[in-house]
Amino acid sequence: MAVSFVLNGKPVTLEVDPEMPLLWAIREFVGLTGTKFGCGMAQCGACTVHVEGQPTRSCSTPVSGVEGQSVTTIEGISGKAAEAVQAAWQRIEVPQCGYCQSGQIMSAVALLEQTPKPSDDDINSAMSGNICRCATYVRIRSAIHAAAATMEG
Amino acid sequence: MMKNFAIDPRPSRRRFLQGGAATAAGLTIGFHWNASVPKFTSAAHAADGALAPNAFVRIGADNTVTVLSKHLEMGQGVYTGLATIVAEELGADWEQVRVEAAPADASLYNNLQFGPVQGTGGSSSVANSYDQLRKAGATARAMLVSAAAKEWAVDPAGITVEKGVVMHAASRRSASFGELAGKAAALPVPAEVPLKDPSRFTLIGTSVPRVDAKSKTNGTAQFALDVKLPGMLTAVIARPPVFGATVKSVDSAAAKAVPGVVKVVQVPSGVAVVAENFWAAKKGRDALAVQWDEAAAETRGTTELMAEYKALAEKPGTPARNEGDAVKAMAGAARTITAAFEFPYLAHAPMEPLDCVVRLEGDRCEVWAGDQFQTIDQGNAAAAAGLKPAQVQIHTLVAGGSFGRRANAASDYIVEAVHIAKALDRGTPVKLVWTREDDIRGGRYRPMYYHKLTAGLDAQGKPVAWQHRIVGQSILGGTPFEPVMVKNGIDGTSVEGAANLPYDIPNLSVELHTTKVGVPVLWWRSVGSTHTAYSTEVFIDELAHAAGKDPVEFRRALLAHHPRHRAVLELAAEKAGWGTKLPEGKARGVAVHESFATYVAQVAEITMQPDGSVKVDRVICAVDCGRAINPDVIRAQMEGGIGFGLGGVLYGELTLDKGEVQQSNFHDYRVLRIDEMPKVEVHIVPSSEAPTGVGEPGVPPIGPAVANAVFAATGRRVRNLPFTRDQSV
Repeated sequence: MAVSFVLNGKPVTLEVDPEMPLLWAIREFVGLTGTKFGCGMAQCGACTVHVEGQPTRSCSTPVSGVEGQSVTTIEGISGKAAEAVQAAWQRIEVPQCGYCQSGQIMSAVALLEQTPKPSDDDINSAMSGNICRCATYVRIRSAIHAAAATMEG
Repeated sequence: MMKNFAIDPRPSRRRFLQGGAATAAGLTIGFHWNASVPKFTSAAHAADGALAPNAFVRIGADNTVTVLSKHLEMGQGVYTGLATIVAEELGADWEQVRVEAAPADASLYNNLQFGPVQGTGGSSSVANSYDQLRKAGATARAMLVSAAAKEWAVDPAGITVEKGVVMHAASRRSASFGELAGKAAALPVPAEVPLKDPSRFTLIGTSVPRVDAKSKTNGTAQFALDVKLPGMLTAVIARPPVFGATVKSVDSAAAKAVPGVVKVVQVPSGVAVVAENFWAAKKGRDALAVQWDEAAAETRGTTELMAEYKALAEKPGTPARNEGDAVKAMAGAARTITAAFEFPYLAHAPMEPLDCVVRLEGDRCEVWAGDQFQTIDQGNAAAAAGLKPAQVQIHTLVAGGSFGRRANAASDYIVEAVHIAKALDRGTPVKLVWTREDDIRGGRYRPMYYHKLTAGLDAQGKPVAWQHRIVGQSILGGTPFEPVMVKNGIDGTSVEGAANLPYDIPNLSVELHTTKVGVPVLWWRSVGSTHTAYSTEVFIDELAHAAGKDPVEFRRALLAHHPRHRAVLELAAEKAGWGTKLPEGKARGVAVHESFATYVAQVAEITMQPDGSVKVDRVICAVDCGRAINPDVIRAQMEGGIGFGLGGVLYGELTLDKGEVQQSNFHDYRVLRIDEMPKVEVHIVPSSEAPTGVGEPGVPPIGPAVANAVFAATGRRVRNLPFTRDQSV
């Protein structure tokens, strides 16, 4: 069955099992591998993408569920919040193993797009679905605050 | 030579390491190592105009400096650390430095602490590479200087190298590395080269940016999961529900009917479903009907096992350390105190579940993996493929975490992929993916342990006797490491951190009962210290309390012969404002522990929550890891170690019922999340001692520091982990 949606601004049509999670469709049928597999049940956030701007766990979203919608991955993010987040992530050196960081960044960008000056509680709410086993959490928090300051400035 | 653990209880993986010829011979047999692996022959293989004076550094005509890392980058910052050492001695500009994974080759890239093995672990990467890479960088610099001196017809003594520029000030001439590389490559490689005086270091000790920060921020970093080769298939494996079971029969008809499924293959560990993509493979596996033969399986549950462990702890074990006469001193003590501790099985659960790509083509085998034990994996892949190690090429990619899981003597996931590849058309690459459920239920856990401690205090509250019994499985048992690393019945990984207790107690006995259980176990970030630091540091706190002494003062008085322990303890206490009053409901706890020759003390500040749980607000950490190569990476490893260790003690637990693992994914194998992460403040002890590792040593102190804070707040000792088991927290 063909599923059509907009991926990083470009229309794509994929001939895939409609039940296939969006994660695997993006990774294996489009070839964008920045989005990661971590748990397969929306517990860890490594697979986070934006669907219509909303952070979404692509491992548990059937590809048919995004028919006609706009999907953004780590490869396609842009704009003020995305630039501020990625710059802060590098400056503060958030990543260790780096595997979860695409998902962390997608959640952080969505947070800042909706809440430009998040409190620590806002960060907890938006980011507690993203696990980092290297526990880079101290720096994730710092980088989100730093990105918020950049956006304001 | 290997030291006697009873005399010198050094941490284990380092020991297997310092081994001389005996170690080498023993391990060679076990692992099919082969010295005839093709060598990275420096200059001969270097591209035109490039300088490759040794196996670790290559300078291109394009002015790039490529450092070859013999170690796996799994988050610990090793690519950055190793490259810093080379760049420092070379005089490179950090901007021109790149890092590549070295090929598998034990003769060139062995871990100098592991004997003839190329592998990463035991927080040994920087420690074993420091001298080697300084020399590698200095050699390249010397050759660039010689080439410049020859070219400019000047005295090399007048030539300086700084920030990637070779300069002769007197004649005002300068050249980039790239301009000189080709000429330098024609010169002989000097055997002896001078090293920089550390006072002139410009990169070591500064926090140069991580080489992988950008690629790990924009999604371009390449993990094994991201490898895509022409014609590649994807496999998942159905493994038995209990450890040790084997396949009795398989009905694969329904699996084969799933569109995209290419093949169903029986492999030693289970039944593999091979498909055109992951989703088809997984659906195929869901449709498999496998009957398992559980005759040889482990069918005990963790409750039964713990009951057996407790009974064992009442009997004398094998001595791991014995000083004075603990029994006699205990009998004469003014008072004795006893405590027992329970530690559960723990999964590593790295964010990237195990995965690799294998291609068998002609008489060659290629492996793409976040490979942690390259030459062991090379040997095991060769044995599984029916090839020689020299015919196996390992492409080491960055790993999405490991925490020890990828370092296993059986090379489990790589061997599985080789077996699958053997069943496919020659030349067909296959990617094996473990799901999270496979990871959590797949074994190779931090072993379950039971500890029983008894101490005697004299009338002044001074400890005069200490007895420590540890019960649990051997990590090394049944592996090729066992014959060389288990000495006098003691697996050093079971007792490290306990057998080398630093406290001055005249009568001291540490004993071990090694249990036989069919649950595969493995080292978990900081290995023995994951449990020994907890039991010893909580117990010493109990003794301080019993003696009516301040916990910091009590420890200090017993650390006269261990100045580095004492220094980090004092630094952490000072920075934490130890002894000052905290707001109502908050409390502090402290712990100090050495692992892998790095000394760490942590003070945890906690707030007890209305529901009885504990919130860790802030952790003050002092670390002495010798010379600090990259202070920011050290801070990051302490932060991460604290978070990893905290999640483990607060929530980590795998239970078995009739041999079956009860947890399966992050919903029931809980790990630390951002809202539970404390603030962390790291203080690095200035030092000119040889650098030691930081990947693991941040982990051990956090558990006992938090437990001791909980005691300070509530008067309750948490002795059974995880904390969520203890109803009070």
